[in-house]
Amino acid sequence: MRGNFAKITKILSAGVVAAGLLASASAKAAEDTIKVGILHSLSGTMAISETTLKDVMLMLIDEQNAKGGLLGKKLEAVVVDPASNWPLFAEKARELISKDKVAAVFGCWTSVSRKSVLPVFSELDNILFYPVQYEGEESERNVFYTGAAPNQQAIPAVDYLMSADGGSVKRWVLEGTDYVYPRTTNKILEAYLKSKGVPAEDIMVNYTPFGFSDWQTEVSAIKKFGSAGKKTAVVSTVNGDANVPFYKELGNQGVKAEDIPVMAFSVGEEELAGLDTGPLVGHLAAWNYFESVDTPENKKFIDNWHKFIKNDKRTTNDPMEAHYIGFNMWVKAVEKAGTTDPDKVIDAMVGVSVPNLTGGYSTMMPNHHITKPVLIGEIQADGQFETVSQTPGLVMGDEWSDYLPDSKDLISDWRAPLSCGNFNVATGKCGGKGTN
Amino acid sequence: MLLLRAIGLMLLLTMAGLMPSKGAEADLRATVAKFAAATGFSATEAVVRELTASGDPAVERPLSALADGNLYIRKSDSQVFVGKESGDGIELLDPLSGEKTADAAKTDLTKIKVNNGLRHVIRDALGTLTLRAKDARVRLAAAATMFKTPDAANIEPLDAAIAAEAEPGVKTLFEQARAASVLVSDKPEADKLAAISIIAARGDRDGLSLLTSVDANAQGAVKDAATAAIGNINSKLALWDAGQNIWYGVSLGSVLLLAAIGLAITFGVMGVINMAHGEMVMLGAYTTFVVQQVIRTSFPGLFDWSLVIALPLAFLVAALVGLAIERGIIRFLYGRPLETLLATWGVSLVLQQAVRTIFGPTNQEVGNPSWMSGSFDIGQLAITWNRLWILVFALLVFAVLLYVMKRTAWGLQMRAVTANRRMAASMGIRTPWVDALTFALGSGIAGIAGVALSQIDNVSPNLGRGYIIDSFMVVVFGGVGNLWGTLVGAFSLGIVNKFLEPYAGAVLGKIVMLVLIILFIQKRPRGLFALKGRAVEA
Repeated sequence: MRGNFAKITKILSAGVVAAGLLASASAKAAEDTIKVGILHSLSGTMAISETTLKDVMLMLIDEQNAKGGLLGKKLEAVVVDPASNWPLFAEKARELISKDKVAAVFGCWTSVSRKSVLPVFSELDNILFYPVQYEGEESERNVFYTGAAPNQQAIPAVDYLMSADGGSVKRWVLEGTDYVYPRTTNKILEAYLKSKGVPAEDIMVNYTPFGFSDWQTEVSAIKKFGSAGKKTAVVSTVNGDANVPFYKELGNQGVKAEDIPVMAFSVGEEELAGLDTGPLVGHLAAWNYFESVDTPENKKFIDNWHKFIKNDKRTTNDPMEAHYIGFNMWVKAVEKAGTTDPDKVIDAMVGVSVPNLTGGYSTMMPNHHITKPVLIGEIQADGQFETVSQTPGLVMGDEWSDYLPDSKDLISDWRAPLSCGNFNVATGKCGGKGTN
Repeated sequence: MLLLRAIGLMLLLTMAGLMPSKGAEADLRATVAKFAAATGFSATEAVVRELTASGDPAVERPLSALADGNLYIRKSDSQVFVGKESGDGIELLDPLSGEKTADAAKTDLTKIKVNNGLRHVIRDALGTLTLRAKDARVRLAAAATMFKTPDAANIEPLDAAIAAEAEPGVKTLFEQARAASVLVSDKPEADKLAAISIIAARGDRDGLSLLTSVDANAQGAVKDAATAAIGNINSKLALWDAGQNIWYGVSLGSVLLLAAIGLAITFGVMGVINMAHGEMVMLGAYTTFVVQQVIRTSFPGLFDWSLVIALPLAFLVAALVGLAIERGIIRFLYGRPLETLLATWGVSLVLQQAVRTIFGPTNQEVGNPSWMSGSFDIGQLAITWNRLWILVFALLVFAVLLYVMKRTAWGLQMRAVTANRRMAASMGIRTPWVDALTFALGSGIAGIAGVALSQIDNVSPNLGRGYIIDSFMVVVFGGVGNLWGTLVGAFSLGIVNKFLEPYAGAVLGKIVMLVLIILFIQKRPRGLFALKGRAVEA
């Protein structure tokens, strides 16, 4: 019997090896192409969010090829699966750069996966486009951050809640999943709220584990905190999967958006797709893009997406727009530099300006962050967001938060004379927090 | 630009006010039509306020449509309609009479935007307008909103409503709403003191919230009375809080029980370390999703029955997959726990990726039937229906399983094979088939647990991951091989967890729990209810 099983394993492993050979053979088939690496998890916990980004990259590359490619060559996508395993991200990144010789990589979602690939990118000198909103406190020469920094999402969101339109909120619950992004964002928000005169007893911070599903105690604590006679709001950095049970519990316990609105930074159209949004109407989210934005560019993007994915129910979301912007910026910078050599492209990137999907232009700034509008949306019964507020102009990503004592003196400028990601304006030296 | 628009609008509004009236309805119609010209929330709010100022109950229709996001402007002629979705297009209804006037495509209409602030204003306005409604529930809702948004202007209509009210329940609420409004008015102190005692009698969080703000702003006797009342409510609420923690614990326990009970069979009774147990739960949840999908497209009337229909199907699907796993893999590995662990772990990855490939990596929407949505109150305790039903269901599953194990011939065979395989075989029991069926039973139970868990958790390929650790914890803690142990284990873990959480937070609470269990296992390696006898040594 044991023999049987061993035989089965042998056959299986032979199959795997054969499949691997086939894959590498096809990769070698076309030599005269520009390769673009896609480093998104297609299995494991993060597949829920990252698979979509892989698909949108494939679509963008297809579209570019239909337009005639880049520098007279076709683009070729090299897709790898880091399987939601952070060390594997670094390995796969190395494989993409050294073995497949890609010209640039689009990838990562969680901050920990980004941190794990940073040394690989600076060692092998390649380019990473990172499309997700993150906690800031970082600026690397080899990374372009196309998602929002805290000042492009968290701060305007809190400003909106404090305004008369947002309900003049006086009491704050900062609810987050327990990892680096919520912790840093909440630290910034706490400092910001205090600088606006909110007393410490009007701020409640609470963290829950990844994938948390029993929200009864937390929701009743929020209700309790909200019954102190002052307008209360929840600012949620709850991540991914844990959101669905959180909102279900809010709905079931009757927490209405008119009484205690929840402003979320990690809930997009994709997360709402798994929910009955009826009881959630009016809860808020802050992003730089909503699927419901009514511009011709966005309409075209959504149409192309539905055609590409062959399912007109699939939603679009903010990180997808970030990749759209990032990819177009890269294409433009390569055309400007006349080569795909990462060194030259990195220098050509700063100042590149491309249309975003919300009817304006996004520009790559010297700190490798981009300019974006900030939109506040309310959840609608159809699972979409309705924009209720928009910053009047574009907001420039601020990598080193002005509200944290460690980073308020730091700036980043990757242009020639300075070329530093953490320049301390107080001491006049390059270096400080973030050197490691 | 905005300012100009606002000024223009105000001019328009004053002009409208000066115009001679041509009957109430025509006036209302003119006001409703102003929504078309209103740009921005403040302008829309001005129109809402003008409508409510008319005091005409007819404005309820356009206002509630606006609050629900169903008020539209036709692009071609800037007319305002109440929209009702029908198929791909939208049926246009007259905003005042509600009669159907036309059909339109979505692209021909602009929806009037509302935000939370505006919804709040509309809700308040509707509260005043519906105080005299025929339906007692509507009057109750009106009183509840007016309680939450006290305003000195509310006192008069409330006085009238109290005088006319026949139903005692509604009347009490009216009086409380009136008391709330008195507190923010400039009535004499004696009135306010009476109001405080009325609100203190309510003894809930909303009352507390109101009194806290009174306490912060008042002076003298009113402040003293408010402080006393707050202390009083707080001490009452502390008791309810303890009750609430117990309920939350019981509810978490029922979820743990459901997740673990299948494992109590495969791991507890058979001794198979089944890492793919969570995936059986996931398969059950996906079966629910598929059933709901079919019902939505073909038999929408049956939606409230979807879970009942999904139960046997989920059991079958999970049991069949379990049977295949047992026959295909596990039966070769009996007595080799390490290899079983690795093999079932592999199976769990294969199942997850298979589901991801078939259904996609995103969450699937599983709806709650109406009887599982919302909550009801017992005193100050809010009990959500879905949690209550899950508790009932978990206990039911437990009872049925216990009956099968203790009272049926099959259960007897199962226990015989576990206790002494060779002896059972000598007695003529086909042990391989008992193994296969036991494993299928455990898997099937996990499948029906998935149906219940789809109501409170994500239906995604990762669903099972979240439950596997907890399930093992419950089974090991309760005592391997003992169903009662699993029951007691699940509920005690749930309750301890929920008592720790408010003080330690969810993250630390979980850590403390794990440490406690480790210490407990050190002391009693076989769990709460250890099996005794020769079988244990085998």
